[in-house]
Amino acid sequence: MKTIIFLLQKEFRQIRRNKTILPIIFVMPIIQLLILVHATTFEIKNAKLCIVDQDMSNSSQRLVHQLEGSSFFKVTGSTHSFEDAKLELDKGRADMIVYIPVDFSNELIREKKTTIQLIPNAINANVATLTFTYAANVIADFNKDIVAEWAGNILPSPIKTIHTEARFWYNPELNYKWYMFPGIMVILITMIGMFISGLNLVREKEIGTSEQLNVTPMKKYHFIVGKLLPFLIIGLFELILATTIGNLAFGVPLVGSIWVLLAFTFVYLLVVLGIGLFISTMAETQQQMMFIGFFAVIVFILLSGIFTPTESMPVWVQKFNIINPLSYFMRVIRMVMLKGSGFANLIPEFVSLSIYAVIILGLATWRYRKTA
Amino acid sequence: MKRFLSFVKKEFHHIFRDVRSLIIIFGIPVAEILIFGFAINTDLKDARIAILDKSKDATTQRITNKLLSSGYFILEKNLVSDTEIDAIFKQGKVREIIIFESNFGANFEKEGKAEIQLIFDASQPNTANMLNGYTQGILTDFVMKENQFGSQNMSIIPTVRMFYNPNLKSVFMFVPGTMALILILISALMTSITITREKELGTMEVLLGSPLRPIQIILGKVTPYLILSLVNVATILFLAYYVFGLPIQGSLLLLVAECTLFILLSLSLGILISTLSKTMQQAMLISMVGLMMPSMLLSGFIFPVENMPKILYYFSAIMPPRWFIEILKNVMIKGVGFTYIWKETLILVVMTFIFIAISIKKFKIRLE
Repeated sequence: MKTIIFLLQKEFRQIRRNKTILPIIFVMPIIQLLILVHATTFEIKNAKLCIVDQDMSNSSQRLVHQLEGSSFFKVTGSTHSFEDAKLELDKGRADMIVYIPVDFSNELIREKKTTIQLIPNAINANVATLTFTYAANVIADFNKDIVAEWAGNILPSPIKTIHTEARFWYNPELNYKWYMFPGIMVILITMIGMFISGLNLVREKEIGTSEQLNVTPMKKYHFIVGKLLPFLIIGLFELILATTIGNLAFGVPLVGSIWVLLAFTFVYLLVVLGIGLFISTMAETQQQMMFIGFFAVIVFILLSGIFTPTESMPVWVQKFNIINPLSYFMRVIRMVMLKGSGFANLIPEFVSLSIYAVIILGLATWRYRKTA
Repeated sequence: MKRFLSFVKKEFHHIFRDVRSLIIIFGIPVAEILIFGFAINTDLKDARIAILDKSKDATTQRITNKLLSSGYFILEKNLVSDTEIDAIFKQGKVREIIIFESNFGANFEKEGKAEIQLIFDASQPNTANMLNGYTQGILTDFVMKENQFGSQNMSIIPTVRMFYNPNLKSVFMFVPGTMALILILISALMTSITITREKELGTMEVLLGSPLRPIQIILGKVTPYLILSLVNVATILFLAYYVFGLPIQGSLLLLVAECTLFILLSLSLGILISTLSKTMQQAMLISMVGLMMPSMLLSGFIFPVENMPKILYYFSAIMPPRWFIEILKNVMIKGVGFTYIWKETLILVVMTFIFIAISIKKFKIRLE
């Protein structure tokens, strides 16, 4: 026990003495958190439309007005040739072409049915689909209007309708910041935890002080605990700090219990620090540690479902996520903060993370060679 | 010149001696492109829903079938009472709950009016929004078909043509993004520690004592990494083209030239970080923690910059990946020529010069 306390003293002294590392641990993540949380929206406003109206009739102009009137769209160009419109799309000055063919209004009157073409820039498939859906909705409204106007009195029977009422629980205003804030916070804590703990150990190797530690009588697990605890404390402190800031700056609620959150953070940090230590036992230089850490973190992040829904990922990813600590914690932190899920709802995640922590710390201790 | 060449040679020796790092440097892009190319899909399918059917009649059954056969939804559970809703959301699997009012079918057929309530787990707002769109679309379609006189209605039918990416593949967005991310992070990380390493190991004195000028030292550090990164570009393009069928519509030469420019920029950014930091640890943490998330989120990689708040939109202008991703999309996917991307290219060139200029100015020829 005494050994560990001495080791802790040494680590904390080193961290405190290192003037450059503290801002990196505390200031950089918090600043990023405050800025980046604004960036994460799929919400579409003012999608740029380029209109190709070859019909130039009353109806086609009304349709254009209707599109323009919706808050999603902004008409930034109109031409008569499709080629010109394609050029606008190429130059990025338009997000979608609305192509109204010559016969538009004639067909509408003659055959009661006519088509127009919507051509979104689909490089970002998600945005393209949303843009198209919005436009299709506007057109559907327009259809209702013209039905009412032109054919309203000859309807054979009252129209059957389904009235839908959509309610958004836990986040009624669909504030994406509430959603992203916990996610980005978790990522930053993960990066800091994994990199700092990993680098710390490799650094001792690289500058040769690990040899000095190796000849001391302390046990392997003393060493691991000594390397683990300081960063565990820093990580927990950082989470509390970030949660407070999130609440003050963005009103991100903490519906659930802070104790549940802390309990999970504790276990999660054990896993992350364990991974950091484990990587560092395999790396010879800080650079190697950094590269492997980078690889692990970015795979964990993008497959965890923070930005894109996991449901649509293939089965093997969902299997992979069993060893992705971020995917557990991401789910947990959102559930606790936004939905107020209690510990009882989260037992499976807690058990998984605990087992994970035991295994990874075991591996790290086993891989750490006092003799090497 | 000869002096410079032997310095470059020395740097190459350093790099090739560390086989493990080399494997990692070349392995990361391959693994990452493959994983993300196969795994990430931005559209939503198979969302889990629960249904609370208070009516249980033929109409609700038909609507349910229509919803479930759309491919967007999987039925997780049939609920029997309102009180279950909170609990099922708290377990975290179900994203949407559909509630049919009692006597739904009768109301719909006789009075022509029936109520459905949709409740979303909006702790994930983007998903909730999309699901709402899908559900409403399916319901609208159902109602349209139910009103048999539908064929006599006047209607405008929008047809869609997904330009540049007719099959709506997510790789079209992910390959350029991942490429920018990998290049900037690996390049910056590699160079950011070169100078600090010399400082920390004490060999900086030797280097400063040599007749090499600062610009030569910096260029000598950059050249080997430029070559390594170009190999990475080739691998990424190869995989993107042959494995994921991403087109290279524009000129390959232009594409490679732009990639070279971006690598140079990232390397000089690394050098800049390197001259500003005292230890390797500091340099690495700044380049990793400082660059990773901003490059991912402020570059248009995942979230379009156009949708961001105005301030952030302008702020994203200082992120090099934003311009590079724009260039990649233009050259690879749209297939346009240099005249369309000269502005972005110019911005990258200017940024590179600024980084190099500051590095040379900050490069201390004396040790403290």
